[in-house]
Parts: sequence; C-alpha cells; structure tokens
Amino acid sequence: MSLSALRVTVAVFPGSNCDRDMMVAIEKLAGRRPALVWHKESSLDATDLVIIPGGFSYGDYLRCGALAARSPIMEAVLDHAARGGAVMGVCNGFQILLETGLLPGVLVENAGLKYVCRNTCVEVVGGTASPFTDGLETGQRMIIPVAHNEGNYFASDEDLQRLEDNGQIAFRYADSDIVGPSNPNGAARDIAGIVSPNGRVMGMMPHPERAISPELGSADGATLLTACLEALSA
Amino acid sequence: MQVIVNISLKYGVLDPQGRAIGRSLTDLGFQEVGDVRVGKRITLEIDETDASRARQRVARMCETLLANTVIEDYEIEIDEGDDA
Repeated sequence: MSLSALRVTVAVFPGSNCDRDMMVAIEKLAGRRPALVWHKESSLDATDLVIIPGGFSYGDYLRCGALAARSPIMEAVLDHAARGGAVMGVCNGFQILLETGLLPGVLVENAGLKYVCRNTCVEVVGGTASPFTDGLETGQRMIIPVAHNEGNYFASDEDLQRLEDNGQIAFRYADSDIVGPSNPNGAARDIAGIVSPNGRVMGMMPHPERAISPELGSADGATLLTACLEALSA
Repeated sequence: MQVIVNISLKYGVLDPQGRAIGRSLTDLGFQEVGDVRVGKRITLEIDETDASRARQRVARMCETLLANTVIEDYEIEIDEGDDA
C-alpha cells in the first residue's frame, strides 16, 4: 500500500484541541487528509489507524480522559483495537486510552504540580514488534514537546515490570543538553509512551504533531509519525 | 435516596497536592500536621428505595466510571433520610 492510500481517522471530542494539528501533520506526511470522527458516532468507517488527539476532552471533568473513554466512538475504537487495528493516543489521547483499559496504568498530576510546556528529549526504547517503533532505531533521540498537567505515568510495580519485560515501553524521557532536565513530570521509570502487548496500540505524552518542521523548533515528530505511517502502509 | 461516594487515593500513591497542602499548613504554624491526602466527594440522588440495591448499583458506577481503581479507593455512604 502506498502512503497516501493509508486511511487515518482522528477522533474529535468536545475539548479536543490538537485534532487539527494532527490532521495537518498527517496530511503533510502521508499526502492524504485524515477523516475526522465526532465522539457521538458509534461506528468507524474502514480505517488503518485511529488517532486520539490531545486536548481537554470533556473539560477534564472527573479525571482526565475518563468521560471520553466511555463515549460512543470509543466503543468503536475498542472494537477496532480488538480486531488488531492500530490506535495512537497523544497526550489527552494517551490519558483516554489508559482510562479505556487498552493500556495499563494511569497519568496523574505532574510531580511539580505545574503545567509543563516545553521540549523534551524522547528516546526510543521499543522491544516488542510495533508499527510505532519498528521504523525507528533503539536509542534514537528526538526533540518533541510536551504540554500537560497530568503526564506523570503511574502503574503498579507488577505492571511496570511487565511493561519492561515485554518490551512495551516505547519511549522514555532522556537527558539532553538541549532541553534541560529529562523527566518533565515525575513519570515512573521515565516513561513517555507505551504500547499494548501486541504492539498495535500506543499512547505517548509528547506531541509529535507539534514538531513537524524546523520552523516549529523540531522536525523530529515528523520522523516519528512518518515511521508509523510507513510501517502501517508496508 | 441520597448516596455519597468518597474517593481517595490509595495508600502508596503519591499525592503531590496533599503534600503541597501539608507543607503550607506546616509553614502556617500547624506543626502537628503529618500526611495530607486530598479526595473527592460525589453526591448522587438515586431513584431507589432499597439501600442494599442502591449500594450495589453505586458500587457498579464506581467500578465503571467514578473511580479509577488503579490509584483510587471508594467508600459508599447511604443517607436513607427521614422516611426510613
């Protein structure tokens, strides 16, 4: 399949605010505009990748991502994932995926109690086969920004060990001369992103769609997204 | 009937908000304050007269949505009011 034949869907919730950035990034990199689907829809048209974008779905009421995770469209996303479909959640999208139970753990308030908006250095860990890391080198470092108040990844010790043992840690915050202290939020084991056991569902706090050209400070997000899109269209 | 759900962070889960409040209280001269933990209280008006059935339903609500049991515990209080 060519890159432009890849069907990408971006879910939109009330309070999403990175849906358009993600759409622009995917259109720029894949050459085809993704479909947008509203949270009230209960089915998805045939799609190769569903992206749950960042933002403040449902105003972050109750817990970040909690209400979005129970919305009609997420039922369809769960079905898509159960069939082995690829799903990517960024920032609030990661929070939503954790609240659905597709990925283990939870994102709690940043250890510093402050909203953090800055570049981070993200290192590829990988391990298990996954379209989200297969096209990247283990140890590869990318400058990608974060912007969140609840990005502090927490899971039980058993879950953390399982993630390590199964190679499900996709990305870690790493030290870098360019962006200052590595871990911006206190996340356990410096976790920035994880994948499901089958590698088909990925959630990450950093925003690759905000780093798609040098004019934005970094094009490393484009590297990450292109690698995913190429792996999915292979 | 009115049902109250108290949601608190599990022990062992870091509560940065509670810690900041604790530090402020100590700074204000309340030296006796040790661990501080912040929770949530949700009040539900339920169309139900049977307390045990209400408790069961609200427990389901907690497991399904109201609490994230990875990090939170919940307690259910039932206020049966004057008509009990």
